Amino acid sequence: MTATLEKPPVTEAPVKEPRDWRGPALFALVAVIGLVVMPLVLEPFRLGLLAKYLTYAIVALGIGLAWGQGGMLTLGQGVFFGLGGYAMGMHLKLNDAGDGLPDFMVWSGVETLPALWEPFRNPVFAIAMVVVVPGAVAWLLGTLVFRQRVRGAYFAILTQALAAAMVILLVGQQGLTGGTNGLTNFFEFFGQDVAADSTQRGLYFTVAIVLGILFIAAWQLQRSRFGRLLLAVRDGEDRVRFLGYNPATVKTITFTLSAVMAGIAGALFVPVVGIISPALLGVVPSLELVVAVAVGGRFALAGAVLGAVLMGYAKTYFSEELPDAWLYLQGALFILVIGLAPKGIIGFLRRKDVAA
Amino acid sequence: MTALLEVRDVSVVFDGFRALDGVNFTVDHGELRFLIGPNGAGKTTLIDIITGLTKPTTGTVSFDGSVINGKREHQRVRLGIGRTFQTSVVFEELTVLENLDLAASFRRPLVSLLARRKGVTEKVAQALETTQLTDLAGRKAGVLSHGQRQWLEIGMLIAQGPRLLLLDEPVAGMSADERARTGELLTEIAKDHTVIVIEHDMDFLRRYASTVTVLHEGKLLIEGSVDEVRADPRVQEVYLGRAREEAAHDVVS
Repeated sequence: MTATLEKPPVTEAPVKEPRDWRGPALFALVAVIGLVVMPLVLEPFRLGLLAKYLTYAIVALGIGLAWGQGGMLTLGQGVFFGLGGYAMGMHLKLNDAGDGLPDFMVWSGVETLPALWEPFRNPVFAIAMVVVVPGAVAWLLGTLVFRQRVRGAYFAILTQALAAAMVILLVGQQGLTGGTNGLTNFFEFFGQDVAADSTQRGLYFTVAIVLGILFIAAWQLQRSRFGRLLLAVRDGEDRVRFLGYNPATVKTITFTLSAVMAGIAGALFVPVVGIISPALLGVVPSLELVVAVAVGGRFALAGAVLGAVLMGYAKTYFSEELPDAWLYLQGALFILVIGLAPKGIIGFLRRKDVAA
Repeated sequence: MTALLEVRDVSVVFDGFRALDGVNFTVDHGELRFLIGPNGAGKTTLIDIITGLTKPTTGTVSFDGSVINGKREHQRVRLGIGRTFQTSVVFEELTVLENLDLAASFRRPLVSLLARRKGVTEKVAQALETTQLTDLAGRKAGVLSHGQRQWLEIGMLIAQGPRLLLLDEPVAGMSADERARTGELLTEIAKDHTVIVIEHDMDFLRRYASTVTVLHEGKLLIEGSVDEVRADPRVQEVYLGRAREEAAHDVVS
């Protein structure tokens, strides 16, 4: 112990680890813009759109953690987004239906409430499931595949197949899930009119704050020893074993966290947008978010969030102005980023930052 | 007292090729053992068997009196077996300090890893000092030279605090100066650790080796002191049979 006490001048002087205030300062700036400026400037419809993008940003944050930090290219985050979304949707549906059945069940000729639905009447249970179900599914999948050293493209394909399977499952169970239409026509959200501007405004703040909290949590995780270990697993999984860690555990935990984030995002998406359906969580939306993360910059958590918001805006803008061009533009943007700026927009900005 | 490491009747077959053929290999506590042999002799395979990277087709590996055949790589590290690789694999995105800290932290409970590292722990400081990498502690490992990377690897091994260290060609590709420094580092480590080193370089061997084990075509050829091994006609033949001049220079001189 005394040996180390004498050492500080030797070990600490060359180890420059200054606190960087630019990160927190930037975060505070973005928080002010998000929580003060945007609600003042944007009309309700536009604020609602931003709320939607921010729910996507929560999913993107999880992708940034799993893919950018952990090297797990997950092409099926829609599955977890959907699980969270449906958990919330089921509760809202039951709440609207009161003692009766949800409308789509009546149309499908279902006469008694399926047993799966019953517990979702309880709001606490429903909210718990938003976190528990995606987390449990990811944990199970991670435990099964990471131990077997399934990784890289194989893992990516597996997650994509999961997204496709999820859609088939949902579409096939018309009476249970609302089929292709999904769950929609919500009226009340925890005692408030879900369509009212004030409710939507409140929802916007909720989404923004949840995103902020999750971002800080992910940021802390990234800076922790666990975060360093995660990078090590990404860059040299086999070497990590010889450091005495089990990479499968590290990956399973991270993948589960990313799934929980997607689940929370899905649950927030439902009251904000008013629908959850298979089309919102299949292969294409899952891929779109991965592209968004790549465009924003997958190696930085902020890049993931930025990418999701920018791509959300771009999609809306081009769908309004040039409906046919968006898909091509999205593809071209992806190719450009991968080819010219593999670290995305954030990486590009930081490069300039270093050069200056 | 039982030996620290006991490899008994181990054979490894890759697609019909016998990489190891009935090898018996014992290392006692505190030994500094060198493992030599021509290319393809099975040296690295033997290390892989001990560390769990390769599963033996037949035979057993015992560490500190218990059979460890069924253990996975990270479990063996937890028992106290550490290794380096022929081509060093340090984490380039992490700083030298972070690399060492990660190596030193594997016994911490997982939950405590969620906290940020604060300062430098004693073990890490020691590893920095032993490998003389203190000045580079804050640099990313990606910028290190080949020699520095090897030292970082050795430093990570020290930080792990293993009971048995396996070094796979630690001086390969190093300059004469770097070799000398690595040799000193090695003797320093060997003072209070059990070490197995794979090394081709005969100069290096002569200078630092105590006991030498010679592998040839997957079989154990001879085991003994450097002089005994050098004098053995079979060893000369093995090396002579491969490249007459080179071997003559290496072994006979």
